[in-house]
Amino acid sequence: MSAPIQETNTDFETRSLDAVCVNSSELTHPWWFNLKYLATGLLFGIILTKAEVISWFRIQEMFRLQSFHMFGVIGSAVAVGALSVFIIKKFDIRTIYGEKIDLHDRPFNKGQIIGGLMFGFGWAMTGACPGPLFAQIGTGATVVIATLFSAIAGTWVYGSVREKLPH
Amino acid sequence: MLEWLQKPWPWYVAGPLIGLMVPLLLLIGNKTLGISSSLRHVCAACLPARIPFFRYDWKKEIWNLFFVTGVLGGGFLAATFLGNPEPIAVHEKLLTELQGYGITDHSSMMPVELFNWPALATIRGCILMIVGGFLVGFGTRYAGGCTSGHSIMGLSNLQPGSLVATICFMAGGFIMANLILPFILQL
Repeated sequence: MSAPIQETNTDFETRSLDAVCVNSSELTHPWWFNLKYLATGLLFGIILTKAEVISWFRIQEMFRLQSFHMFGVIGSAVAVGALSVFIIKKFDIRTIYGEKIDLHDRPFNKGQIIGGLMFGFGWAMTGACPGPLFAQIGTGATVVIATLFSAIAGTWVYGSVREKLPH
Repeated sequence: MLEWLQKPWPWYVAGPLIGLMVPLLLLIGNKTLGISSSLRHVCAACLPARIPFFRYDWKKEIWNLFFVTGVLGGGFLAATFLGNPEPIAVHEKLLTELQGYGITDHSSMMPVELFNWPALATIRGCILMIVGGFLVGFGTRYAGGCTSGHSIMGLSNLQPGSLVATICFMAGGFIMANLILPFILQL
């Protein structure tokens, strides 16, 4: 009897530390259902690009308090996001498949401070958080592929030393 | 209409649209907005190397890889069909400061004098792109999310951990941009 793939990391305690979708849907769909996420991503990429939040210059202005633009974008995005989540919870709105939408808590841990600072450093250097990395490559800044590979390497190294770090 | 779309979108248009990504993903498939986990899925798919952190069924999370592929494509579409012919508007003070480091070209989103293939071989370019990229990948995973997962999704769901993370993202950015970056740009 072949043993199923051992998932050593699916316990909620560990997964909840990450942005990995902990509320993964129980439904199984054919692969092409994922095309709706491709379409959503296209939309997200266009918005990020046209808002210029993928620009190194905008990021520098934000961290030098020379422009309100980035704060306005993030602030209004959170306001609209929070209102949406509130409405979804309040009226128990379901997904288009009738599934209950469940959001999990993101409790505090030390990684949010240390990792958060590290990411802040990287954000100001590269002018990109992970989403804009992909969008920047799309706009034709091909050298950002190197930055993306380095980010993947950083994630891999984190995974390999994770046990030794304070959380 | 097209002319208006080609101009940079103001924050009060772009911000709410980004915020709407949160309910959109929840409603079409119970997914929480998040980008940095895609980097983890790539590790899990390509080089799990017996590391427990990468030993999970990444195929369950494949929607996320479709999503980031879309973001890449969205960047392409926006640049190709909605491209702004004008140079990026940059604050006077920043322009002057950057001129001091020999960075004068602000015709595109990324300063081409800093981010180009040959620059990878220079100390300055290598630090900015390779070390910077590494910090983005390591830091976001250590923090458990990035600007989308924590600052947009997490804050929308009123999570204290996400607030701590967002404050630290900003603090790290302020420290780097104002105190450390000037030395790197001098190199």
